[in-house]
Amino acid sequence: MDIKEIKSKFPIFINKAKGKKLVYLDSANSSQKPKVLIDRISNFYSKEFSNVGRSMHSLAVTATNRFEETRDLIKKFINAKFREEIIFTKNATEGINLIATTYGEKFIKDQDEIIITELEHHANYVPWHFLRKRKGAVIKFAECDKHGEVSIDSIKKLITNKTKLIAVTHVSNVTGTILPLNKIIDLAKTKKIPVLIDGCQGAPHLKLDVQKLDCDFYVMSCHKMYGPTGVGVLYAKKKWLDELPPYQGGGGMIDEVKKDDISYPESPTKFEAGTLQTAEIVGFAESIRFIENIGMKNITEHEKEITEYGLEKLKKNNSVSIIGDPKERGAIISFTIKGIHPHDIATILDDDGVAIRAGHHCCQILHDKMGIPATARASLGIYNSKEDIDILNESINKCNKVFNN
Amino acid sequence: MDLKELYQEIILDHGKNPRNKKKCNGFNKDAKGNNPLCGDKVHVFLKLNDEKQVEDISFEGEGCAISIASASIMTEIIKGKDFNVAKKILENFINMLKEGSKPSINSLSDNENTTIMSLSGVKQFPMRVKCATLAWHTFLHAAEDNKKVVNTEK
Repeated sequence: MDIKEIKSKFPIFINKAKGKKLVYLDSANSSQKPKVLIDRISNFYSKEFSNVGRSMHSLAVTATNRFEETRDLIKKFINAKFREEIIFTKNATEGINLIATTYGEKFIKDQDEIIITELEHHANYVPWHFLRKRKGAVIKFAECDKHGEVSIDSIKKLITNKTKLIAVTHVSNVTGTILPLNKIIDLAKTKKIPVLIDGCQGAPHLKLDVQKLDCDFYVMSCHKMYGPTGVGVLYAKKKWLDELPPYQGGGGMIDEVKKDDISYPESPTKFEAGTLQTAEIVGFAESIRFIENIGMKNITEHEKEITEYGLEKLKKNNSVSIIGDPKERGAIISFTIKGIHPHDIATILDDDGVAIRAGHHCCQILHDKMGIPATARASLGIYNSKEDIDILNESINKCNKVFNN
Repeated sequence: MDLKELYQEIILDHGKNPRNKKKCNGFNKDAKGNNPLCGDKVHVFLKLNDEKQVEDISFEGEGCAISIASASIMTEIIKGKDFNVAKKILENFINMLKEGSKPSINSLSDNENTTIMSLSGVKQFPMRVKCATLAWHTFLHAAEDNKKVVNTEK
């Protein structure tokens, strides 16, 4: 695989900032965009644009076909059983809110329990907190150990006959831990508890087969998948979508509207109120094709190689402490440097063209648990190389020079 | 953008060895400040006497070198000043970071001027301005009995 050639497909890397080339290590936050996506959105607006699913003119028909084509591609990409199981949202956050609201409305009562983990992003905690406030639900946190792992036992011991949902991340956006989803879902199935997976850090990096995985819900954010901002995908098993009430009300999501009553169509229409991010959804088809042309297996392998190289390199750097030591790690390395706050690290790295993220990464529960307010995080995409890691390491050494450590 | 202008000796010194980082004795006012985007926290303690003079000021908190240094520098400069003067210094300081204007306070000694000017480099790093202003906004909340927690993102 020629990473230089793949990288050349991302226009952002053409321009230099302050004479330095961009070393982009913030893909867990959002990935960069390939030219095929940018061109597709631009062409769609220039030549094919119309709203979808409403008008009868030929532009609308073509636009609707393109839009629905993306749904079919996603269905295939994650191996869903039915196309109706793919719902467009604005991001993964909205996917979780959709389930928290609709599933919560129908199935959660006072004192019912929801299990999440200490690794969760705020997006997989705050919506459940709303439910706690609204319905009196109880949120239980499965413990994360010093390696950054959440064991199956830590989840098992929280399950009671009041457990109504288990919501866990696929891959931690801080420690990079890949959770034992198969074991978690097997366990949940024996107790008939549905499982929601926050796939933000999984879907861009790991081959997905939702039928094999057998989760009930899986959410992803397209902007982390070489795709546009403003688009997310919620996968949900059809049986749930048939049962759940609609989420937002508005145009497009109705069957019949009378003065005294309103009826709703089936999924996905039922859950897609109003005009969605039409051009972005059409464009996202190119991101999926881009990923599939490279091959998800190749992406996973390449990122694993660079992650391992990064871990080895940073572990040799005495000033650096790596956060977490999970057995199975995604393309994420979070770290701290003794005596230098992560924000200062990020500013100094930025001076070298190295883009990382610093802070709590929307995981305050985890940072509180680790007893550190913030970490610096390098996260990878398909365009990263060993050279990027070398530049990162050099720049870390510069932090020590600036602070005279 | 020049890193050396941001991380000047004075700032690194205050960042590593912050002054007045404690709960000061006999404080009669306090306020908290948060930067929810990055998790920085500051708690400012103030002893304001009947003549509205800052008898003592201190802080506790966690954050980057810029935010800790700025809080530390603030306590050094504001301690002993009348509240109205302190408020003027604060306004000048914030204008310096946002507009690039030089502080024009006659009551500051040369040494104080040099110290406060050491933070002027922050202006070149817009992402870091909030780090430098958090403690100062929090001081104002404390002095004016504003019980709302300062939030840089409000």
